[in-house]
Amino acid sequence: MTVTTPDIADELALTEHQVRLRRRARINAAIRYTILAAVGLMMLYPLIWLIGASFKTNSEIFSNPGFIPREPTLDGYIEGWKTSTPYTFARFFWNTFQIVIPKVLFTAISATMVAYGFARFEFPGKKIFFATLIATLLLPNVVTRIPQYLLFRDIGWLDSFLPLWVPSALAGDAFFVFMLVQFLRAIPRDMEEAARVDGANSLQTLIFIVVPLLKPAIISVCLFQFMWTMNDFLGPLIYISSVDKFPISLALKLSIDTTEAFEWNRILAMSVLAITPALIVFFMAQKHFIEGISAGGVKG
Amino acid sequence: MAGLQLRNVEKTYANAFKAVHGINLEIEDGEFMVLVGPSGCAKSTTLRMIAGLETITGGEVKIGDTVVNDLAPGKRGIAMVFQNYALYPHMKVANNLGFGLRLKRRPKEEIAKATEEVSHTLEIEELLDRLPKQLSGGQAQRVAVGRALIKSPEVFLFDEPLSNLDAKLRASMRVRITDLHKRLKAEGRPATVVYVTHDQVEAMTMGDRICVMKDGHIMQVADPVTLYEKPANAFVGGFIGMPEMNLVDATLSLEDGGKIRLGDQILDVEPALAERLTHPGGAITLGIRPQHLELVPTGTPGALKGTVRIVEFMGHEVNLHADIEGHSFISVVPSEQFDRSLKNGDTVAFHPLARHIHVFDRGSGQNASLGA
Repeated sequence: MTVTTPDIADELALTEHQVRLRRRARINAAIRYTILAAVGLMMLYPLIWLIGASFKTNSEIFSNPGFIPREPTLDGYIEGWKTSTPYTFARFFWNTFQIVIPKVLFTAISATMVAYGFARFEFPGKKIFFATLIATLLLPNVVTRIPQYLLFRDIGWLDSFLPLWVPSALAGDAFFVFMLVQFLRAIPRDMEEAARVDGANSLQTLIFIVVPLLKPAIISVCLFQFMWTMNDFLGPLIYISSVDKFPISLALKLSIDTTEAFEWNRILAMSVLAITPALIVFFMAQKHFIEGISAGGVKG
Repeated sequence: MAGLQLRNVEKTYANAFKAVHGINLEIEDGEFMVLVGPSGCAKSTTLRMIAGLETITGGEVKIGDTVVNDLAPGKRGIAMVFQNYALYPHMKVANNLGFGLRLKRRPKEEIAKATEEVSHTLEIEELLDRLPKQLSGGQAQRVAVGRALIKSPEVFLFDEPLSNLDAKLRASMRVRITDLHKRLKAEGRPATVVYVTHDQVEAMTMGDRICVMKDGHIMQVADPVTLYEKPANAFVGGFIGMPEMNLVDATLSLEDGGKIRLGDQILDVEPALAERLTHPGGAITLGIRPQHLELVPTGTPGALKGTVRIVEFMGHEVNLHADIEGHSFISVVPSEQFDRSLKNGDTVAFHPLARHIHVFDRGSGQNASLGA
């Protein structure tokens, strides 16, 4: 007994030390998570308040600072949907999608093709062209607004959706091209070479091999383009003048008009609806966004 | 099937770097040709020029009777197995195999039949529904070979296909590929193969003929036995064979029946060497394979004297590293004949087997002991 006692004491001391370490780790974790949760909540608060307020009456919005409505009502949604124009909000949603869908679709196609060209082919003037493309990234958007407006006016495209998506269909978004080029550069060429040996031409290689490998990047491009276009205010403001062609962003502004009293709950309710598509699309695409690429195709 | 001809083929890159210097090579129909050489010798570039993945900046490549310089890879009648397998990661194995045929718009039944045949030949039937990421290295390699085989190409191109596998798998895949080549020949549809590797064991065991390359030049093209026994130059002598051939600077004089001076020691040129010798005398590089440097009792007349540096016990043989006149030599001694009491610093004597001595001209590196 006497011989073993010091051993047991040692063991006990060790356990105590371990317990202390474990407790400290737990306290650290608690502090970390509290801070993270608090900051996260702070970031999310405007959104939560927005959703809460959209169910409040117009007068409660200003009297109740909390985000849970005292007497929840759908009035904001019902009245807001009707709008003060001859059209319901459905019309504005439809207008938005008439811009967003072709824009996203054609951006994906054109940016992928241009990026493929820059990343995989040698052609005269490639360096200069690519430098020009990157240079347009640095150019403030505002600078090109006036010449662009004059151009589209001369073509006769004013008050139509065309000026809003056609430039993107011609790979006008340098950022996306750049993003895809960078992504492509990281993908080994072996698979494309294998496809060429298998008899694929450049376009077939692009469609059957490169696009599937680029999928996560292309989804990111679509996602960004979708969200940016949904949120675009200046573009429609400049080019679209008739109310029946207004997208959501302009329609929301329409509610805040000098001619009528502000119905904040309607505006907020419609704002909630306006951000819903973007949220849905984001959460749907999130999986692909994170998904790794080309695992196993090339060893090492 | 068809043969393959390279005529004065050159590759100069845009930055003016010349990688391939006008090489000439003729590969016969159904032949297994191995391109071997150290890294940077342009063996892969040569293969890629044959495949059409690299432009040919000079000369011509002929497959069968067609000059293919300006043909797209898919139209050259070739199939290639890549070092990284390069399987299409988003396609199942069956689709990977059938991709080439689908591009050619072959009927579905034909593709299915061909897929079945090839997967049977390579024993990958149970893998057809898997994605490449679900395959082991060896399995992926077999699928890659299958993807080439299914097209029944004129020429098979292999670009270091086994270098990503572990030693054991590499040995078994080596046998598999050689076996496949023989089987196709026996079945009356011989396959012309160009196989690039940096591994001389692969080269020696697989090739009907081997093309040794260095810095974009062909150093020698020959069958494995000739390459080993009659290397055309010091580079081939040193590159082929394990352990490496002993190559040391020496001086040859043709007086008194011929003498080779190695530092302070003199080696008589024996008749077996003298009759092959075509060198005018002067600065030479003496080449003796470790297997041909016999360990003899000290004091044996005409033997080279040296001191033991390292003794490596390999199991069935011993690699004895010795120092002779400041040059490092290796001698391979069968274990049972080896005197275990030898240790570092001991004096030993070696007798080079005259039949196997190589004399290379020191300037040109050419072998001057191959006979007239």
